[in-house]
Amino acid sequence: MRFSRRVPVKSNSIDSVAFNIIAYLIIITISVICIFPFLLLISGSFTDNESIVRDGYHLIPKVFSLAAYEAVLTFPGKVLRAYGVTIFVTVVGTTLGLFMMTMAGYVLQRKDFKYRNKLSFYIYFTTLFGGGLVPWYIMITKYLQLTDTYAALIFPGLMTPFLIILMRSFIKSSIPEELTESSKIDGANDFTIYYRVVLPLAMPGIATVGLFLALHYWNSWFSTSLFINDQDKYELQYFLYNIINTAAAVSQLGVSTGVSFGQDIPTESTKLAMAMIVTGPILLLYPFVQRFFVKGLTIGAVKG
Amino acid sequence: MLRKNGFLYELNKNKILFLMIAPTLVFFFINSYVPMVGIYFAFTRFDFNGGLFGSPFVGLENFKFLWKSGALWGLTRNTVAYNLAFILFVNGAAIFCAIMLSEMKGKAFKKITQSVMFLPYFISFVLLNAIAYNLFNFDTGFVNTTLKSLGSNPMDIYNTPTAWIFLLVIFYVWKNLGYTMVIYLATITGISDEYYEAAKIDGANIFQRIWYITVPMLKPTFIILLLFSLGSIMKGQFDLFYQLIGNNGILYNTTDILDTYVFRSLKVTFDIGMATSAGLFQSFFGFVLIMTVNYFIKKSNEEYALF
Repeated sequence: MRFSRRVPVKSNSIDSVAFNIIAYLIIITISVICIFPFLLLISGSFTDNESIVRDGYHLIPKVFSLAAYEAVLTFPGKVLRAYGVTIFVTVVGTTLGLFMMTMAGYVLQRKDFKYRNKLSFYIYFTTLFGGGLVPWYIMITKYLQLTDTYAALIFPGLMTPFLIILMRSFIKSSIPEELTESSKIDGANDFTIYYRVVLPLAMPGIATVGLFLALHYWNSWFSTSLFINDQDKYELQYFLYNIINTAAAVSQLGVSTGVSFGQDIPTESTKLAMAMIVTGPILLLYPFVQRFFVKGLTIGAVKG
Repeated sequence: MLRKNGFLYELNKNKILFLMIAPTLVFFFINSYVPMVGIYFAFTRFDFNGGLFGSPFVGLENFKFLWKSGALWGLTRNTVAYNLAFILFVNGAAIFCAIMLSEMKGKAFKKITQSVMFLPYFISFVLLNAIAYNLFNFDTGFVNTTLKSLGSNPMDIYNTPTAWIFLLVIFYVWKNLGYTMVIYLATITGISDEYYEAAKIDGANIFQRIWYITVPMLKPTFIILLLFSLGSIMKGQFDLFYQLIGNNGILYNTTDILDTYVFRSLKVTFDIGMATSAGLFQSFFGFVLIMTVNYFIKKSNEEYALF
C-alpha cells in the first residue's frame, strides 16, 4: 500500500502511547482532586447530623437525611432576604458597571481621541499605587456616609482597570474603524455610534466582562463585613460566613424568625446545606457560562 | 478663537466622548485618588471625630512603632514569599496541564476535564472556608475521619502553623489552575501546525516536540502573566488568607500577611494610625518593586515592559 509508506512517522509510536497513558492518568487525578471537595460538601449536607458528629464526614452519607435542608428552608425569611440583597446588588452593579466600562472602553480605543493614552494611564495607575484599605474605609464611612447602604455594596466593585482594558481591546479588535467613520459621515454622533454600532458588535466581549463582574458581586462578602451592620442588608456570602464561623448564628436562624427550634438544630449538616444553597446557582449556571469565560480569557491573554 | 490642539478645543470638538468617559474618571477619582490624601493619617494619632485635619500630627511615630513591634519583617517576608510560591506553582502546574491536554485526542474527555478544573475558580472564598472546614476540622473533618478509620491518630491541623504554608499554596493552585490553564491553552492553539509537522518529519518524538516547540512558544505568555502578578506581589490574596485562617492567632506567625494585618488593625484592634502606616508601607514598597522590575525589563526587552 503506497499510502501507508508515505506517512513518515507512525502516530501511535511508543513514545506517543507512553505520553498519553501518563497524561490521561495525571489529568484524571487532577480532575478528581478538583471536584472531590464539592462531592464531599454535597454528601455532608445530605447526612444526618448525629452521624456527622459521631462518625465525621464521609464521601457517601452513612445515614441519609434531609433534615439540614428542612432546617434552613423552614425559616426561609433570612435566607431569602440575603438572596434578594445579593441578586439586587449583582444586577444593579453589573448593569451600571458594564454601562460605564463599555463607554470608557469605546472612548479609550478611539484613535482620534487625543487624551486616550493619558486617561488610560490615569486608570492604570490605580493598580500601581493607592492609599490603602484604611483611608478608603474612612472615606466611605465618614465622608461619604455609606454605612448600611446598598451603595456601599455596589460602588466599590463597579469597575476594575483590568476589565476596562479587556473591554478596550475587545472593542478595538472587533469593530473596524471604517464603520465608525462611515457612521460619522452619515451624521451619527459619538453616543449614537456607541449605542447603535459598537454595543451590538461587542456583545461577546460585554458578555465576558459582565460575567466576570456578576461573579465578583455574587461572591462578595468583604464589603458587607466592612460596611454593613444591619442584618437585613447582609449579602448571601456573608450570611454563609456567619453560619460557618459562629455556631450561634445557626440556632439564631430559628430564634430571629420568631420560631423556637430548641436544641434540635442540626448544626454541622446545616452549615453544609447552607453552603449548597448559596452556591447552587453557580453550580447550575456554570456549564452554560463557562465557554464565555474561556472566550474572554483567550482575548484578554493578548496584551492590549 | 480657541487655540487648536489646546484642551478647550479638544473638549469642544469631542464633547460627547468626554461625557462618556466622565463617569469612569469620577469613579477612579473618588475610589482611588481621594483615598491617597488619606495617607496623611499614617502621620497622625487618628481621632475619628477630628477626621483628616483634626487629628494630632505625630510624624513618623507610627512607623517607628510598627518597626519596633517587629511585625513588619515577618509580614513582608510572608507576603512576598507566599506570592512568589503562588505564581511559580500555579504557572508551573498550568503549563504542565495545558501541554498534556493539548496533546490529547479525546475531544469529550478534554472538554469535561477542562470544565472540571475550571470549576473551583467560580466559587466564593467563603465556600473555600467551608471546604477547608469540611476536610480538616479536628472532630468531623474528612481527613481525620479517614485517618481514624485507618487506625491512625487524628491530626490537629487548625493548630499546626507549618501545615498552612502548604495548604494555602495548595488551595491557591486548586482554585486558579483552570483559569491560568485556559490562557496557556489559548497560546498553544495559536502555534502553527507546520512546526509540529516539520519536527515529525525530522523524527522528533512527542517529548522533543513539546520541549523544543511548545515550551519556548509559551515563554511570552508566561512573562506577561508573571509581570501582571509581580505587580500585585505586595497585595497578597486577602480573601484566601482571611477565609482560611480568619482570626486564628496560633497560625499568624506563618500565615499573616500585610493585608490581613491591616484589616485586623482596622476592624479588631482599631489601631488606625498603625493600619494606615502598614498600608502605606505596602503600597510604597509595591510601587518601588513594580517600577524596578519594569525598568529592568524595558532595558532587556522593550516588548515585555508593562508600560
